[in-house]
Amino acid sequence: MPDTKHLKDLTTQVRRDILRMVHKVNSGHPGGSLGCAEFFVSLYNEIMDTNATFNMDGRDEDIFFLSNGHISPVYYSVLARSGYFSIDELNTFRLLDSRLQGHPTTHEGLPGIRIASGSLGQGMSVALGAAQAKKLNGDNHLVYSLHGDGELQEGQNWEAIMYASAKKVDNLISTIDLNGKQIDGATDDVLPMGSIKNKFEAFGWSVVEIEEGNNIDAILEGMADAKSKTGKRKPVCVLLKTVMGNGIDFMMHTHAWHGKAPNDEQLAIGLAQNPETLGDY
Amino acid sequence: MKTYENQGNKDTRSGFGAGLTELGKTNENVVALCADLIGSLKMDDFKNNHPERFFQIGIAEANMIGIAAGLTIGGKIPFTGTFANFSTGRVYDQIRQSVVYSGKNVKICASHAGITLGEDGATHQILEDIGLMKMLPGMTVINTCDYNQTKAATLAIAEHNGPVYLRFGRPKVANFTNEDQTFEIGKAVTLTEGTDVTIVATGHLVWEALKASKVLHEKGISAEVINIHTIKPLDDKAILDSVRKTGCIVTAEEHNYLGGLGESVSRVLAKHLPTPQEYVATNDTFGESGTPAQLMEKYGLNSNAIIKATENVLKRK
Repeated sequence: MPDTKHLKDLTTQVRRDILRMVHKVNSGHPGGSLGCAEFFVSLYNEIMDTNATFNMDGRDEDIFFLSNGHISPVYYSVLARSGYFSIDELNTFRLLDSRLQGHPTTHEGLPGIRIASGSLGQGMSVALGAAQAKKLNGDNHLVYSLHGDGELQEGQNWEAIMYASAKKVDNLISTIDLNGKQIDGATDDVLPMGSIKNKFEAFGWSVVEIEEGNNIDAILEGMADAKSKTGKRKPVCVLLKTVMGNGIDFMMHTHAWHGKAPNDEQLAIGLAQNPETLGDY
Repeated sequence: MKTYENQGNKDTRSGFGAGLTELGKTNENVVALCADLIGSLKMDDFKNNHPERFFQIGIAEANMIGIAAGLTIGGKIPFTGTFANFSTGRVYDQIRQSVVYSGKNVKICASHAGITLGEDGATHQILEDIGLMKMLPGMTVINTCDYNQTKAATLAIAEHNGPVYLRFGRPKVANFTNEDQTFEIGKAVTLTEGTDVTIVATGHLVWEALKASKVLHEKGISAEVINIHTIKPLDDKAILDSVRKTGCIVTAEEHNYLGGLGESVSRVLAKHLPTPQEYVATNDTFGESGTPAQLMEKYGLNSNAIIKATENVLKRK
């Protein structure tokens, strides 16, 4: 079994990074970032098979695309703490001349990023192309992607979801962050989407549900299940049920912290709830 | 005066198809994607010869652009094919974020550009695409004039590392450039040398400019005709060298005068050498149904329009 104690410590540290990054520049998206901290930590430390050195082509390794690019704080923190770049660089988040732009981009050459995202709904198509390139190259590694649930309101997703099963792209695991929230409120209030599970199944995907998307053991088990479903002529969807703002009590279960930074006092409370484990940047 | 012979009317889209067929044999990294318009884009040969490298996307252009961006990650050189309208306006944000801002080596190949698409009418006749594409930082924009040049351009863009918009058309038009030409991105081609007026044309208007130059020659007007196949990066030097000689310029394109070649030329001239200029282009309007020839006449996009514009610009010298 993997050392989940280390993963939990890492998650706590990542939460601190997220809070401190957005607090420093008084902008950014902590809510969704915190909700996906356990997923990113698990993905980069246990789930994916990645090469030590970053290469844009990602040959002979698993690769990941973040479609809901606004949760860049968790992405940057986990990339840095996985060795893609120095954790000191987290200090530059959203500052002028930084490689850590508000939304992730390849434009400034930040290792670990293979596509720009931010304008929603584009990541699954890109992941599909990369997955098909892997097949052409005889590369048996997998492509992972992450999408917000609100993001599924963008129509391009459904073009991609239809295509993926029609073309039997079975080396792709697309995870949907089911936190039930978007900027204007609950997804069920803004635009109810019904059963996302039924929709993916109707479109010909294998679906794995992770009920406790903020529990590392549950994530590892669910993602192992998802992996076992690859290579069977169907794309694989993981429905990851998370709590927005997870780990900071006053940020949890609300959409209020989607794109809002904590003030000094709120930062202190949030950090106190997540004591330093592996060292702040 | 140097003259050019029409080797027989051919559509530029077939030049694209022929280029793609050749790339299929010579470059194993080239892959092709199409959104349900294989026949219209002349991609049948590539599809039949290399089914594993051909991706039928269905009627889903946004997905096509994203998939193309993804295919570059793994070293592929994707060529997407659909009509110009669906290649640009419909998928502007996908091109902007997933392709150009992300620095992906995708070739967006667009047929049925402009008004000569004909009877389908304005929903399909995009006259704004050059403007949309040239505004994207780092995008290369090419509009070829005939079959041979389109084939040569298709081969050339595969060798260029970076996003490219390649614009061509539907109707059969004069094929007059050399079959064995080397296509140099960003390098204008001076077709005839002249001293009274510079005519800078792109796409289907290049042959019209040559026709106009013959008539002008008979009227004692010496026109220098320049084929600008690359609108971005623009060959500033070729334009400036020519107008230094002639002192006036006509630009001609199958596109809105806003955002097209004419505006790019104006920018160069305004900065370096203010010069009288007349525009042969559509006048901020949508098109309509009709035959290509009828539409070119009605919207002022043929040799007659170029002659008139030349006479006007000469008065302003």
